[in-house]
Amino acid sequence: MDNGQTFWMPAGHSTVAGDVDALFYFIFYASLVLMALVTAAIVWFIIKYRRRGKAGLTDSRAHNTALEITWTVIPTILVFIIFAWGFKAYLRLNVVPANAMEINVTGQRWFWSFQYPEGISAVNELVVPEDKPVKLLLSSKDVIHSFYVPNFRIKMDVLPNRYTVAWFEATDTGSYNLFCTEYCGTKHSEMIGKVKVVTQGEYQKWLEAAQGPSEGQSLADYGRQLYQSRACVTCHSIDGKPGTAPSFLHIFGEQATFEDGTSLVVDENYIRESILEPRARIVKGYQPVMPTFQGMLNDVQLNALVAFIKSLAEHPPTESGDQGDANRESTTESEN
Amino acid sequence: MSTASANVIPERNYLNDPKGLKSWLLTKDHKRIGLMYLFAIMFFFLLGGIFALLIRWELLTPAVDIMEHDTYNKMFTLHGAVMIFLFIIPSIPAALGNFVLPLMLGAKDVAFPRLNLASWYVYCLGALFMIYALVTNPADTGWTFYTPYSTQTNTAVISTTLGVFILGFSSIFTGLNFIVTIHKLRAPGMTWFRMPLFAWGTYATAILQVLATPVIGITFVLLIMERLLGIGIFDPALGGDPVLYQHFFWFYSHPAVYIMILPGMAIISETVSVFSHKKIFGYKLIAFSSLGIAFVSFLVWGHHMFTSGQSELAAIMFSFLTFLVGIPSGIKVFNWLATMYRGSISLEAPMLYTLSFLILFTIGGITGIFLGALAIDIHVHDTYFVVAHFHYVMMGGTVMAFLAGIHYWWPKIWGRMYNEFWAKIACALIFIGFNMTFFTQFIMGTQGMPRRYFTYLEQYQPMHGFSSIGAFVIGAGFVIMAVYLIAAIFKGRPAGNNPWGSLSFEWLTSSPPPHGNFDEEPVLEHGPYDYDTIEVVATK
Amino acid sequence: MHDVADGHPSFLQHHFFEPEQQAEAAKLGTWLFLLTEILLFGGLFCAYAVYRAWYPDMFYEAHLQLNVVLGATNTVVLITSSVTMALAIRAVQMNKSKQAIWLLVATLAFACTFLVIKYFEYSHKFHLGQLPGKYYSFTGLEGNNPHVFFSVYFLMTGLHGFHVLGGMGLITWMIVKVSKGKLSGEYYTPIEMTGLYWHLVDMIWIFLFPLLYLIG
Repeated sequence: MDNGQTFWMPAGHSTVAGDVDALFYFIFYASLVLMALVTAAIVWFIIKYRRRGKAGLTDSRAHNTALEITWTVIPTILVFIIFAWGFKAYLRLNVVPANAMEINVTGQRWFWSFQYPEGISAVNELVVPEDKPVKLLLSSKDVIHSFYVPNFRIKMDVLPNRYTVAWFEATDTGSYNLFCTEYCGTKHSEMIGKVKVVTQGEYQKWLEAAQGPSEGQSLADYGRQLYQSRACVTCHSIDGKPGTAPSFLHIFGEQATFEDGTSLVVDENYIRESILEPRARIVKGYQPVMPTFQGMLNDVQLNALVAFIKSLAEHPPTESGDQGDANRESTTESEN
Repeated sequence: MSTASANVIPERNYLNDPKGLKSWLLTKDHKRIGLMYLFAIMFFFLLGGIFALLIRWELLTPAVDIMEHDTYNKMFTLHGAVMIFLFIIPSIPAALGNFVLPLMLGAKDVAFPRLNLASWYVYCLGALFMIYALVTNPADTGWTFYTPYSTQTNTAVISTTLGVFILGFSSIFTGLNFIVTIHKLRAPGMTWFRMPLFAWGTYATAILQVLATPVIGITFVLLIMERLLGIGIFDPALGGDPVLYQHFFWFYSHPAVYIMILPGMAIISETVSVFSHKKIFGYKLIAFSSLGIAFVSFLVWGHHMFTSGQSELAAIMFSFLTFLVGIPSGIKVFNWLATMYRGSISLEAPMLYTLSFLILFTIGGITGIFLGALAIDIHVHDTYFVVAHFHYVMMGGTVMAFLAGIHYWWPKIWGRMYNEFWAKIACALIFIGFNMTFFTQFIMGTQGMPRRYFTYLEQYQPMHGFSSIGAFVIGAGFVIMAVYLIAAIFKGRPAGNNPWGSLSFEWLTSSPPPHGNFDEEPVLEHGPYDYDTIEVVATK
Repeated sequence: MHDVADGHPSFLQHHFFEPEQQAEAAKLGTWLFLLTEILLFGGLFCAYAVYRAWYPDMFYEAHLQLNVVLGATNTVVLITSSVTMALAIRAVQMNKSKQAIWLLVATLAFACTFLVIKYFEYSHKFHLGQLPGKYYSFTGLEGNNPHVFFSVYFLMTGLHGFHVLGGMGLITWMIVKVSKGKLSGEYYTPIEMTGLYWHLVDMIWIFLFPLLYLIG
């Protein structure tokens, strides 16, 4: 996807990538030489000393101090060089520059969320300015995850009981993969986000826009955007296919049945409750796996999501439709 | 020396004397117990292999090919747990080692034959727990059972880890038995430095088995208690620390890597000398490097945790020690190469597997250097690079050595030869298929493909596809091997006492050996590698 | 495989050359086994150290809930049982079977006393709700995660208790062996090994007692 991709290392887009790659290629070429020597020796020996006829008696030398010292000392020196080099680059990977901006990263099955100091939060897409050190304060809400951006050569486990730290300074604009690399369950392989590196100017604009819908955008369209960016899409489809969670297609205004046997007609209040307190009612046939979005969405965003789900109803209520019904508790008790 | 046509199978040997199922199930004969272990582990190797092929089949494309997310997650857990705990760990020590070690030492049996039999039954009991988990609701945690995931998932973590806990006892029993056997039961004249290197390797392994296994035992007890009682040792929600689990786990599981590879190195030290018909080069260096590796292996567990948030200082120490453990392994490779120099090399099947080992293990070892270097490990940790690295070491290393051993001792175990032509074909298929499967994974991993992924980004598809095809090539190799090895048991031509012209003790007795190993008490007249002074002729 | 014919004594297994070799093998095997036991407990000691370092104040507060008098009594009981065990081995070596049986029975009785006292300690804690982990319901303790202390306490003493039970089984078996006349001054390896095991069980308690009951 990126230019600069080599056969081995992916394109490097952070300040530390060069260091890491240089060490990688040093070991790589040293290994290549060693492998060539070993393979050549094997081939040469089996050709030259191939048994023909009787085995007979063979050379009695089983020891050669000079040789043994040589092949102990040379690799030892080599690995110490590699150790020291790896150590040095590791320190660079670990010492956070003092002027770094700080972003909180939360890992949670199976999406990433980011909290900016400005009070903005985002899901699965981390937007950062280029040429500015970014310090990430990582924590998990459930099991262990690991934050990995191959193009930046950084990786750090995300733990449920403490903060861990990683940092990077992106050198090029673009959109880079963010993988979870600590196995975390069913959709571990889909816990993929993006790190979007933009110019400093674009970053300022993004910060402003992140507060609400852009001009001229309808609430439902903003909701659709949130549906993508807040990772609802991970579990809820909009084409009617059930996944980990019910599809949003044609649910508004329909009857929903729950695990405890009760049922109700899906309305605005129910959707709001499902987002903020997802474990309050579990739709029949599904697991209580959805995390709460309390504190991660503001009122405008909640309204937008409700509007979006409404727009997917089989018979979307007209704009002037009976809004009053929304407040009516339409619960029907079933047998038990 | 007898010629090939004169070879006969001795009328009474350990296989038919005494007869009857009961005499097998209650046997205290190390050869029979070794054979029973061999059947058990081969069954689980087949099972683990099927899981591996299903995994590779699913990964052919990023889409859902044959299974869903959760099934896949269970599948790779099963593959890892079965291959490691039920196959590789007992493979060389408990199966081949049990058979060969007392013979090599000129002993009639291991020190504690009853404990040896108990070890097999304990293994079966542990395996039953794991099979129970397998047929009910297999664990989906990965073979590492990291907390807190493993304390939260609703799959059968308890019966799986209980199975591993029980298997630990069988491993301890075997290790304890071997240490005492080597110390106390060597034949007259068999001094420490006249022992075959296989005995040295098993000795180092046994020390690890005895010292490391109890720790995984208590770790899994704590994990089980965490699930049952919520004791709060590993669960962060209850004040515990999930990283402590990782420390405990790797304190065992890193030495366990050497429990797996040291016996492999031990076999190679035998075969490379026998099939080069030459004195082993640097005997003492090889022997001591095994002990050195065993010792340092206890001090490097933290290199599995460079990204876990452990302190930088710890990471640096562990990285340094990791490089230390790499050096003796490198020395061994050079010694094996030097053994071939000016030898009289015969390229029979065991030697082909030995050469495969030399190449694949060297690649596995070198890639370990990449992983030991801190800054690179941060990038490739938990990617396919690591998957490829440990498959090169565990399969390219241990399994290749195991196969070399199987082909080397098969005539001793059964008294009959297998078909050499098909053995060569199978070896070639496995070698080629292996490199197709796993070399690709080095490239993928370096490019950032994380491990334990059910689906993946489109950009990795060509390499995943190629890797999957390779897996089926390996599978084909193993099918061929199974056929000719089993055929040899029934129809192979008699091998004679010493088909390869080897100098170590186990070839002095008949093939298959009699019940008490040697008809007369063996006396050591020469070292196991004296190919420079003793003229020995193969009976094949 | 007991070849009595060629001068093999009946207790010598066929794959050993001589009794000494067999006894030495058994001894080495037992020491290795004891080593695995130490490592098994080592994991728990390690967990203890980690959590005591994390929550030093809580550990101090929580340990006050343990009954030092009962713990100390148990320490004395176990040490005494080690003495009777050692005397029993000596009695067997000197071919005094009757004395050996009485000493073994005394050892068994001390082991029972230990477990009975432990039972009273446990049931008192169950009653108060000082249970491990999520079953912990005691409210009299402040501080961080007091249930962790009781988890560690029950795990360590529980595992030790199982070892006491195992030791009692072995001692009972030895009583049977001695009374059948299978052990004598010529062959006493089994009882000697049982003794080693029993001393280890004792030793572990000697570490557990101050670590759990006497935190300063």
